[in-house]
Order: sequence, then structure tokens, then C-alpha cells
Amino acid sequence: MKLLSTKATCNSHGQDSSYFLGWQEYEKNPYDQVMNPEGIIQMGLAENQLSFDLLESWLDKNPDVGGFKSAGKSIFRELALFQDYHGLPAFKNALVDFMAEIRGNTVTFDPDHIVLTAGSTSANETLIFCLAEQGDAFLIPTPYYPAFDRDLKWRTGVEIVPIPCNSSNNFQITESALQQACEEAKKRNLRVKGVLVTNPSNPLGTTLSRDELNLLIDFINEKNIHLISDEIYSGTVFSSPYFISVMEILKQRNYHKDSHPDVWDRVHVVYSLSKDLGLPGFRVGAIYSENDTVTAAATKMSSFGLISSQTQYLLSALLGDKKFTKKYISKNKKRLKRRQSLLVSGLQKAGINCLQSNAGLFCWVDMRHLLQTDTFEAEMELWKKIVYEVRLNISPGSSFHCSEPGWFRVCFANLSQDTLNLAIKRLRSFVAESFPAAAHHHQSRESSKTRSLSKWVFGLSSRVREQEER
Amino acid sequence: MGFTSEIHDYQLLSKIATNDKHGENSPYFDGWKAYDRDPFHPTKNPDGVIQMGLAENQLSFDLIEDWIMENPKASICTPEGVNQFKHIANFQDYHGLPEFTKGVANFMSKVRGGRVKFDPDRILMSGGATGANELIMFCLADPGDAFLVPSPYYPAFVRDLCWRTGIQIIPVHCDSSNNFKITREALEEAYQKAQEDNINVKGLIITNPSNPLGTTLDRETLKSAVSFINEKNIHLVCDEIYAATVFNSPGYVSVSEILQDIESINLDLIHVIYSLSKDMGLPGFRVGIVYSYNEEVVHCGRKMSSFGLVSSQTQHLLGAMLNDDEFVDGFLKESSRRLGKRHSVFTKGLEKEGISCLPSNAGLFVWMNLRKLLKEQTFEGEMMLWRDIINEVKLNVSPGSSFDCKEPGWFRVCFANMDDETVEVALRRIRAFVGKETTPSSSPKKPVKLKRWNSNLRLSLSSSRRFDETVLSPHNMMSPHSPLVQAT
Repeated sequence: MKLLSTKATCNSHGQDSSYFLGWQEYEKNPYDQVMNPEGIIQMGLAENQLSFDLLESWLDKNPDVGGFKSAGKSIFRELALFQDYHGLPAFKNALVDFMAEIRGNTVTFDPDHIVLTAGSTSANETLIFCLAEQGDAFLIPTPYYPAFDRDLKWRTGVEIVPIPCNSSNNFQITESALQQACEEAKKRNLRVKGVLVTNPSNPLGTTLSRDELNLLIDFINEKNIHLISDEIYSGTVFSSPYFISVMEILKQRNYHKDSHPDVWDRVHVVYSLSKDLGLPGFRVGAIYSENDTVTAAATKMSSFGLISSQTQYLLSALLGDKKFTKKYISKNKKRLKRRQSLLVSGLQKAGINCLQSNAGLFCWVDMRHLLQTDTFEAEMELWKKIVYEVRLNISPGSSFHCSEPGWFRVCFANLSQDTLNLAIKRLRSFVAESFPAAAHHHQSRESSKTRSLSKWVFGLSSRVREQEER
Repeated sequence: MGFTSEIHDYQLLSKIATNDKHGENSPYFDGWKAYDRDPFHPTKNPDGVIQMGLAENQLSFDLIEDWIMENPKASICTPEGVNQFKHIANFQDYHGLPEFTKGVANFMSKVRGGRVKFDPDRILMSGGATGANELIMFCLADPGDAFLVPSPYYPAFVRDLCWRTGIQIIPVHCDSSNNFKITREALEEAYQKAQEDNINVKGLIITNPSNPLGTTLDRETLKSAVSFINEKNIHLVCDEIYAATVFNSPGYVSVSEILQDIESINLDLIHVIYSLSKDMGLPGFRVGIVYSYNEEVVHCGRKMSSFGLVSSQTQHLLGAMLNDDEFVDGFLKESSRRLGKRHSVFTKGLEKEGISCLPSNAGLFVWMNLRKLLKEQTFEGEMMLWRDIINEVKLNVSPGSSFDCKEPGWFRVCFANMDDETVEVALRRIRAFVGKETTPSSSPKKPVKLKRWNSNLRLSLSSSRRFDETVLSPHNMMSPHSPLVQAT
């Protein structure tokens, strides 16, 4: 008899993928400005480290929070005992206000419909446990966050079927791509229970357009399936077009809860403070749903990963300070925008373009012209060179299930400006030495939506592409 | 639109979301309602229901609070500690903060009198013991597999072990004929029956000290359990979350201690579940621990811990606290002394009224024997008595049937979640009730019609409480004046 469970011994946690292997290499030889200036620079980590000073200065001005006090009164005992899975009311109230503020107050959220979880990792898994089971599938546009393979599939037994997007239209979701996904699900004998989108997108750094959102709503309505909108990067949108939440679209269509209860039963939002506030260590995730059965079940499931009461308390005070949140949201965006520009222009000087982006903590970088061949093997070869020779840990597109080789996700908000400049310098030298022709060829290119290169690449698409093995 | 509209008649949600295997519809939960409607308060509501169904340790907060005041560096929010804020807020490594895992290993060792050492690298985090128990099941068993669980057992095991994992519990019934000890015969019988029913048993889970019994396993029973699982090549999960609540002899023997005593144990079968919710009285901080002697389980479990990591802010605070040897030694000694004192006051008070409890040396509760107060020696009789206790005596206690006890008449009564005065009030009320019940001259009570509790009642959010464990202390923090209701 097998000693352990099937889940323990399979690898659908997906942690053997290259996405994680890059991290391992970094761990062995991490860059440090003083101690290890030749080390590998970490650019595979979608963290927001740009605005800690704002948080620290808030803490300076609010000493009570640190001493487990509220208005001078000790609340240690109450917090130590607080394990109500409905969450700290003060925190939920502050959180929904913050979520509304990020959306320019175009939509509001009801604190009674929020379920708190230990990070969005737990939120996503919990939601899938509520909506689907073995034999079911969720459709996800590619490229997507690699850890979805673990979060959505591993312990739930649910499958992911990709909605294949590509650079011909800047990776936007199309009707035919949705259709293709449905057909694949059918072939694999899977029942489609819903679509999950990340908006803003990881790894693209783009927000979903109004058209795409409308397309998705029409699609899920026709199929009577769910839509999960993972909006954990919603506070990182730094330029136009601005963030449109799926909630806003429902509102625009006059889909009120009374007139259209059905659609409100099937649209759910996932949120977290890990990206917008740069607090991944605190494990703060949330599910928002107007479906009472879902929130009731998810609330019970949240028992398996509640948020520490002291953390809820700290954040209730922080987010409850509206002066602070306004300042933070605005400053944070400005800093992200500046960083992104730095990276984009720096890469351009190396003859490398990025997908035009308006959000996120990373760029989706086009290195197709640096591939020996238009294959994923060539992508891996290029990646290894970049990790070992250029000494940058960036994430290859294949680990995001991208259907086209040559794209890489490069993070810009988890390192200092100096380190970013050094990284760009290293990459420029690498390109100049290894691909002198390519560097020169791209120097004068403008970043624009239609590129002749992409047309050239897709002329090659008639060749059989390697299927990414997962 | 160009999509073919397909009519589905499958369920919109999963079976897990819509079944009731979360166990929260059990009548056990109804005791909360009476409390919620009418909670005791020493001055504002002295006739209200006293909460004695809550296994919380509220006796030693002052010790922890004092430490926190004296160690501002341990908090990332104080001026002394804020320089760590960035590093801690950013830290989400599922290996945990080194000082935290070291601190937990240190604490676990001290709880066992230093007789065992724990390796910090084997410590996995999870969302409380709730998360830990579910996690270990996901690692060890597949849907349809079974775990043997000695009864009476913690009601929420149904949710924690079975709900999302799809595994089943096979109770190993223990009874008062031998003080509810787990016998080898009972284990073998349960195992054999499972074999006959074609159920794949993957392991045995024991809670030591026991909830609800409040007893520790003696060395022989523990050794017998270990040799049983070793022989059958199945897992042993030891839920040791009450380890530091031992206040009396016999002293505590944990599974880790006896591993060296037994010949050729397959260590790959041994796993320990721990938490700080009971021993330190910090359920709000969600510190659950899985400690496994199986390398593969550590490896896989660590990845799974992503679903319930401990907040880094909490890891940082507790890392500092648990590595403070002077504090830990002092805390363990004093906490144990206070629990012992409270247990003694309570059990002596009950004895005066002729109420006996199972002799116990640990835990935050007693296993009270009210069999002689039953109108009939059946579970209906137990339910009737329970309703009387809630409605007339105004005490929320937990009936044995909710712990899957096979003998009616036993009740778990918690004693560590209230102050001394409230204990006195509870004892007075019990005195009055027992006096009434046993006075021969009292007119025979009309048989109470068994109320049918509406098990479909979905608790409204305003009154619902988390299963078995709740935030409410008699001093209701959820009053509108509580600083925690309003952020600003």
C-alpha cells in the first residue's frame, strides 16, 4: 500500500517548473551590492518594495497599534482570543473601503460579503473548492501565473484549460480563443465550471479592456458558468487605460442583484494586500462574492487559513486612516510608473521591446529576436544564458504557459533603482556582445501595437510549435 | 454572440460547498444560540448563560502581555522594532522565519521537560491546528481512505479531517469501564472491521492530552498505539495541542519521547500536530504546526503550507518570545499552576454536590459524569438534560454525544475561559440545580418534549459564531463600544 497520498507524491504542485528553478539559482548566488556584486540579480519576484517608507512613517505616527492598544486601552486579550471566521469587523470595513477607493469609488463592496483568507493563494484555492470538483475545469487565459497550477489544481483535483492568447493582438482575450478552450475541455472530457482572469494581468502588466470584460460576461452568461476575477494588482495601475473592475461592468449593464440575481451568483473577486501594499508576509487575502452560499461555505473553509488577529488589527488601523490610503495609493502609483519607464527605456536602448503595459510590478519583455530558433528549447537556452552569464533571474514565458516562445517576465519593483540600472547595463552588454545585429536593428524601433517583427514571427507559425510539457 | 448556449443541469457549486460535512449543523452548535441570545455578564446580565463550552485558556494573558510591554523590539510596529518592518512585511518564505521555527522547536522541547529535541527544519506552519490537521490528512490519505479516531473526540475533527479531503473517520470507541483508555483490543477491532468493509485505513490519530477527557496517555497505552501502527504499517498522527496544559501527575509523555524505547519503529509513520492556541491562549494568532519524522511529508507539507502560513508579523513576535528561555520557563510553570488551581477549585466544588468528573490531569475542561441525573440512560435523556442545563441552569456545556461518545450522560465543561467569580456563580447554579433534581420531595417533572432544533437554520451573520471556538468572552468585545468594531 502506498504510504503517502497521491497528492503528496505527484507533482501537480508545479513547483518543479523553471519559474521556481530560477529562484533556486538565485538562492545559491544572490546579488548584494557590497558582499556579492557579481551575484545574480533577482528579477523574478513580483514584489512591491517601493513604498515601505510610507508605511513606516505611518507607524511612527501611530504608536498605539504596536502596543496592542486602542485609544490607550489594552486590547491584547481580545485580539489574542479573536478567531471568529467572520473576521474583525473594523478590518473588513476598512478593507472594503480601500478596495472601493482603488476603483475610484465607482463600485462599493459590502463587508458582509467579504471572506478573509491567508493570502490570495488560499483565496483562490478556497473559491475553487466551492465552485468545482474533480472532473471540472476552469478556463484561464495564457500566459498565466505559474502557481495557479498549485493553487487551483493540486488539492482540489480541478483542471485548468488554457485560453490561448498571443502577441498578434497584444495577448487580448478573443472569442475564438474562448471557443478553442471550450473545445479542448470537451476533448479532455472536462466540464467547464468557469473562467478565471487576473486583472491587471500577471505576467502581462496590462488591464483588461472594456471589450474583453464585456466578452467575458457574455460568455459566462451564455454558458451559465462562473467568473473569478483575481484583482490583486488593482492598486498597481499607474497609467491609462485605467482599471475597470468586472464589478463596474455589471453595474454599467444595470445588472442589479434583484433584477439579475443569477449573474451575481457567478461573479467573484479575489483580492490581497501582498502586491498593492507590499505586505506578502502578512498573508492577507479576500474573496468577494454576492453569492450567499459561496460566502457561507468559503467562510467555513477560511478556518483552515484565517488571518492573524494582530495583523487584522494593524491593518484595520492603517487602512482606516483615509488620509493615509489616499496618499499611499497616489504615491505608490507614481513610483511604479517611474520604475516601469526606467526599465522599458533601458531595455529599448538594448534593442529590446516590452508589451505596452499600464500596471503590475513587471514588464512582459519581447526577446523573440534573440532566440536561435523559434522554439521553447531556444527560449530555455536563452534563459539559462541570462541566469548564468548575465546573472539576472528573470522568468521565461514557458513557465507562464505562453504559447509563443521568446517572452520573459522581468520584475522592476523588488529591487533598488541602482540595482535595476545595473541589471539593464548587464543586459545591454550581453545583447551588444552576443547579438550585435539584433541590437542595432531594434535601436530605432518604436514601441507600437503592430510590429513587422511579430508579423514575421507569425509567418513562422505555420511550423509546428513545440507543445509545452507540464 | 457566437457561442452555443448549453443547458447544464449540474450543480452550480461543488458538492463540498453544499453538503454539510463541515459539521456545523449539528445540534451541538445550538448551545451557542442560547448563549448568544443571553450572554452572562457579572454586572450587566448576572442571570445570563455562562459560556462553559469554550476550550480557551484565559488564565495567563498577563504574563504574555507583560513580556510584550517589556520587549517592544519584538513588534514591528513600535519605534524600537519598526526597523524590521520592511524585512518582515516582505517575508513569505514557507520555511518560516528562522527565529520562529527555532523558537517553536525550543518551546515544544521545554513543554516536554527538555526530554526531547525538535529539529526546526521539520517544523511546518499551518493555519492553526485546524489547518495543520487538514494538511496532514492531505499528505497521508486519499479520498475514501480512513483514519481511526478514538472516541470521544473533538467534534470539529469531522470538518478538519474529512470535509475537503474526502477521507472518513472510523471511531475507536472507549468507555468508562476503564476510564476511557484506548485498548489494543479496541484498535484491533476497529481495524479488522474496516478491513472487512473494504475500507483502506491509512492511520490512527490520537489527541494527547485528550479533548474532551483532559487526561494524558500513559506510557503503556502510547507504546501500544505506536506498536499497533507500526505493525499495520499505517500512520500515527499525535495531536499534542494541549501538551502544556498538564497540571498534575502523572506527567506528560509525548510520542516523541517514546520513539527511542521501541524496537524498529518506522519513523516515516510518525507525525505530531501542535499549536499555540491552547498552551499559550493565543487562538487569534493562528499558529498551527505540523512536525513530521517523514522527510517526504516535510517536503510536500511545506509546499502545502502556502495555503496557511503564519503571518510574518506574528512569527516575528513569537520568535522573540519563544526564544526567551527565562520567559518560557516561567510561563510554563505558572500557567500550569494556575490551571491546576482552577481545576481543583472547580472539581472540589462539584464533588460537594455529588458530581464526579473523570479524574484528569490536563486540558482546559473536565469530563463531567451526569449519568445519575439522566431521566433515561439514552441519548434522548442526555439531550433532555442538556436542554435543562442550558435553559434552567444557564450554563452552556457540551453534551458527550457531540463528541461521539458511546455512553450517554457525559458532558465536557470548560473552566479556563472565565474569571474566579464566574466559576463561583457557575458552581452555585449547579448546586441549586442538583439540589432540585435530587430532592425526593420535588414534584416529578413533566417529561420535556424534545425540541426539534431546526438544523437547516442558517445562522445570521450577527449571531453566528465559529464552530466550537469563539471570540466571545463574558466581557463581550463585540459591543458597539468595542474599539475593534470601528476602525476610526
